[in-house]
Amino acid sequence: MNEVEVNEIERSGLSKFTDNLKSLAATVFGSVFRNGSPNSDKARASAIFNNFFLHIQGTKTHINTLRPSYTLGLGLISFFLLVIVVASGIFLMVYYNPSVENAYQSVKNIIYVVFGGNVTRNIHKWAGEGMIIFVLLHMARVFFTGSYKSGREFNWVVGVILLILVFVLNLTGYLLPWDQLSYWALVIVSNIMQSPRELTDSLGITRFFDVGTFSREFFLAGMVPGKESLNRVYLFHVMVLPLIISVFAGIHFWRIRKDGGMTKPDAFSPTVSDSGYAVPPAKTAGIFPTHKTYGLMELARGKTPSVDKDIENMVFSWPNLLIAELAVLMLTLAAVVVYSYYINAPIREFANPLIPENPAKAPWYFLGLQELLSYSAFMGGAGLPMLTLFGLFLIPYLDREQYNVGTWFTDRKGKLIAFEAFVISTVLLIGILVFAVNFGWLRSWFPEIPQLVITLVNPGSIWVGFIIVWSLFVIRRTGSTRMGAMSLFVMFLVSYVILTYFATEMRGPNWGFFWSMSQWPIH
Amino acid sequence: MTSEHQEKETVLSRRDFLATSAFLTATVAGFGIIAGFFRFFKSDVRYEEPSVFKIGKPENFPVGTARKLDDKKVFVFSDDGGFYAISCVCTHLGCIVHTSDNGFTCPCHGSKYNTAGKVISGPAPRSLPWFEITQDVDGSLVVNAGSEVPSGTKVKYS
Ligand code: HEM
Ligand code: FES
Repeated sequence: MNEVEVNEIERSGLSKFTDNLKSLAATVFGSVFRNGSPNSDKARASAIFNNFFLHIQGTKTHINTLRPSYTLGLGLISFFLLVIVVASGIFLMVYYNPSVENAYQSVKNIIYVVFGGNVTRNIHKWAGEGMIIFVLLHMARVFFTGSYKSGREFNWVVGVILLILVFVLNLTGYLLPWDQLSYWALVIVSNIMQSPRELTDSLGITRFFDVGTFSREFFLAGMVPGKESLNRVYLFHVMVLPLIISVFAGIHFWRIRKDGGMTKPDAFSPTVSDSGYAVPPAKTAGIFPTHKTYGLMELARGKTPSVDKDIENMVFSWPNLLIAELAVLMLTLAAVVVYSYYINAPIREFANPLIPENPAKAPWYFLGLQELLSYSAFMGGAGLPMLTLFGLFLIPYLDREQYNVGTWFTDRKGKLIAFEAFVISTVLLIGILVFAVNFGWLRSWFPEIPQLVITLVNPGSIWVGFIIVWSLFVIRRTGSTRMGAMSLFVMFLVSYVILTYFATEMRGPNWGFFWSMSQWPIH
Repeated sequence: MTSEHQEKETVLSRRDFLATSAFLTATVAGFGIIAGFFRFFKSDVRYEEPSVFKIGKPENFPVGTARKLDDKKVFVFSDDGGFYAISCVCTHLGCIVHTSDNGFTCPCHGSKYNTAGKVISGPAPRSLPWFEITQDVDGSLVVNAGSEVPSGTKVKYS
């Protein structure tokens, strides 16, 4: 019998029990969080890689990544918005009922009766649409810092897939309230899906190859939004798409790790303001002495961090990165809650298939497309969006220059090219819109013109054609594909913003032109 | 000698043959599954309005009638040439057109059609379809919105 066992026996059972009771909080806590709050470098590292939720991050983070001016936190904000959307969506599912008879009533119930229902609905709506804005901004940040290069090509592709998923998630959610707004938006969208017919009809091949009708039946189970469409769209919205987006977000994050963290400029040097990040590990202590080595956990395939280079600019993720992430989470959450407290998500009267809204508008994030659509359904609805997505996918493969990755706008010339593209596209696009509003288009002048000509030659296709030609011209002029990509991307962003604004604010009843919504005629 | 040597190179080994055929079989099966997946989503029953419907006796549509049947989404006309039905669903993006001075106008993107439903301006890619009108045994006129007839087809019934 050794001493411990003797002790066990000599103590009365009850005193053991009370001791356990006293230390209950500490033992339970300790069993969940094995290491407690870390106070050595080794502990800081294991705090990250022993935690299921944290180990997707490196144990050390480069100072450049921590600088708010580099990532602007945009990807993180997108992710937190996704979390908020999923969480609030589960609450909405408690009361929402996806049937044509009840959907509208159940949404009204959520708004006016359910405790906290209105704010929950607003949070869901605004965080969801916020994702569109922040994912686009995040994409712009990735583009302008050249972060789609040096091994990150595929992650850019994953990003574009995420962008598409964000759009489709928002769109499927738009139908669910089954009010006038959502019903007619869906009529428009279902016809956009049908729009390849404009081309197949002109070519006379609709009978054999009817993609338009096919995709429409896939989403809506019929020709007009009806009972079955609602069922199906609901299924996509709450189940299929969230699953898919989670998988792709997972791949996105995993790839960031495998690609060696964020991009960073080659010539990085810490400044005085960076000294706030925790002290570099003492040379003799910890498992990562500065000059000797780096753990396997710090290493990932890819170019950085490389041996004895920049290792002194890596600081522990605990606490530096985690504090930053927590701050972004809290700011995002606070902004969404405050915004949703004051601004209500719209709801109109019960859907009526007999009376179209005038103007019938798609959700705002598709209005740029609807403007193009008002020139040609095929080009606006299928041709140009496909071309744009295709272009976005291919950017990292067509521009493979590795010069100055991780620097905003690459260099001085890059800034100039971006600015030039910004000015030219703003002026020209507004010019084209003014022209189309004032003078109409081909059919106004030649009423007999065949549809195929209009499908191919319209303000939308001419504009996109110009963007492509201009970018090629820039490549020739500067001898750099990065500069060409820069023009292309700037012009894409400018077009999205201007067209969306134009169609939202300046298109009124009969798709006529008005300076602002307040001038719409009463009807 | 040389020919024997070449033969050896071109002849597929048993292992490669099995692997290749297994791979091809899996590919074909994969396509089958994908096709079945999409076929599953194509619903065979629609909960939509029937596309063939009665609109009443011919006497209800004296010469000169131009009536919009809201819930059926057609215009029914009657003139000296006979009865005819024109769709009121805009061929652009599916809004409901209304009659205007010299034809039809769509509120959504401003497509205009003449009285025969032919596009005269705006983004609409096709003319408004004309639908077949027949007469039932009880004398009612029947519009078949699933069956298009050439523009200008008017029928006489009494
Ligand atoms: C649901 C949408 C998305 C989420 C939640 C998301 C999330 C993130 C996060 C958290 C990061 C870390 C850095 C940062 O905060 O900027 C990141 C990096 C990155 N994202 Fe996204 N992202 C999304 C969409 C996109 C899109 C649309 C693209 C581009 C088409 C993209 C391309 C990239 C690339 C290439 C990186 C690595 C950047 C670097 O190495 O500096 N992502 N993403
Ligand atoms: S739906 Fe009629 S013009 Fe667009």
